[in-house]
Amino acid sequence: MNFNEIKSKLSKYTVGIAGCGGLGSNCAVSLARVGIGKLVIADFDVIEESNLNRQYFFYDQIGKEKVFALKENILKINPNISVEAIKVKLNPEEIIKYYKNCDIIVEAFDKAEMKEMIVETVLQNFPDKYLICGVGLAGYGKNELIKTEKFGKLIIVGDRENESNENNPPLAPRVCAVSNLMANVVLEILLGEEYENKS
Amino acid sequence: MKINLNNRDEILDLELKQITIQQLLDYKKFSFPRLIVRVNDKLVKKENYELTFIKDGDKVDIIHMISGG
Repeated sequence: MNFNEIKSKLSKYTVGIAGCGGLGSNCAVSLARVGIGKLVIADFDVIEESNLNRQYFFYDQIGKEKVFALKENILKINPNISVEAIKVKLNPEEIIKYYKNCDIIVEAFDKAEMKEMIVETVLQNFPDKYLICGVGLAGYGKNELIKTEKFGKLIIVGDRENESNENNPPLAPRVCAVSNLMANVVLEILLGEEYENKS
Repeated sequence: MKINLNNRDEILDLELKQITIQQLLDYKKFSFPRLIVRVNDKLVKKENYELTFIKDGDKVDIIHMISGG
């Protein structure tokens, strides 16, 4: 497939991204660059200076709401895609409401309990939807530990062991690597055989 | 007892014909607070760990959720 064919295929699909921090902002930007049809992005938080070590925002956006700043940045890169930006702290009911029409859902939360919540919600309510999750991305180096593992339609990207904390912070190189591997899994699914006849 | 755990075959050195998810977690020393457990592709929630049995040949996924994003 050449890029125009890829772009034309991707333009038919909607990807939901839950969280607009390190994983969500970088994954969304990559999907926007290659021409995904629509992104549904959600986050409740405001940009802080400390976020700029890995999140796709700019210094002059500090203090803005992440979800609206991300929409702005996405449209600066690719004005041809549709972005639905929702300012909300997602709970199971809202995940069902906002993501039910998405072809694929990307989990891009920071906290383990939120990751657990969305995985349970999606597995219970949308067993036929693919859910891509980022688990284990803190620190630096250790490229060789990052992997993609499939558990049916639940796909986990990351090293599954490096939790972020005060002394093992999430940093751009590793977070962006994982978020882009997640975007790469989205492409693999949407451009694969299974989606050949779906629209 | 032989199961498929996290996409790998695993022999559990146990006399029992079936065990609960909680017994499997104890046997494997999985003590993480945030877990996703699936048995034969079906989600099992925490409140059912003591009530759900795993038997020979089952496919079990136990995924440890950790913070960072």
